Amino acid sequence: MIGWLVDAAGGLLVVAGLVFLSFGTVGLLRLPDLYCRAHAATKCDALGAGLTLLGGAVLADSGGDALRMAALLALVLIASPTAGHALTRAAWHAGVEPWRGEGEDGGD
Amino acid sequence: MTLLLWIAVFALLLNSLACLWRVVAGPSLADRILGVNVIATNTMLVLVLLSILREQGFWLDIAIVYGLLGFTLTLVASRLVETGRLRFREGAR
Repeated sequence: MIGWLVDAAGGLLVVAGLVFLSFGTVGLLRLPDLYCRAHAATKCDALGAGLTLLGGAVLADSGGDALRMAALLALVLIASPTAGHALTRAAWHAGVEPWRGEGEDGGD
Repeated sequence: MTLLLWIAVFALLLNSLACLWRVVAGPSLADRILGVNVIATNTMLVLVLLSILREQGFWLDIAIVYGLLGFTLTLVASRLVETGRLRFREGAR
């Protein structure tokens, strides 16, 4: 009974992570400029990878595997926002123009 | 559960393929780096799911190294873009 519940919880977490990763991919492909895309991609990356890793830790066979997945979770939660910040900062200093909208005051 | 995890692996691979479009098309260099970053995360998750599917722990060590390498790659590449040492050919930023 308990094993079945643990399996269901782990599978649900993995599927939820995949859904968030798909949202991130859609944002990466569809949004109008780099800053919007980085916003969608890094946020959904951190949440989706975090949920998938959490599900993996629930499904893992041994405690050591679960611990390593927790280490990976900590890595993702630190690395994804840092990478996104460094990347958008670099793009700003390199002169990538932000999207101003498609209204009457300009746009691209 | 095994079937679900295999489906998850292939969904992640499809996700990576879709992100590859941003790497190929993305107008600025930073767009390409962003796409590679997302693909690196997806690959790391594929390795994690394979460790559960194959019931072998060493995949997780590979996943940790891969995650750290992807993070370092993004940081170094964005640093090079920021200081102007990494440029793209004319017509693109």
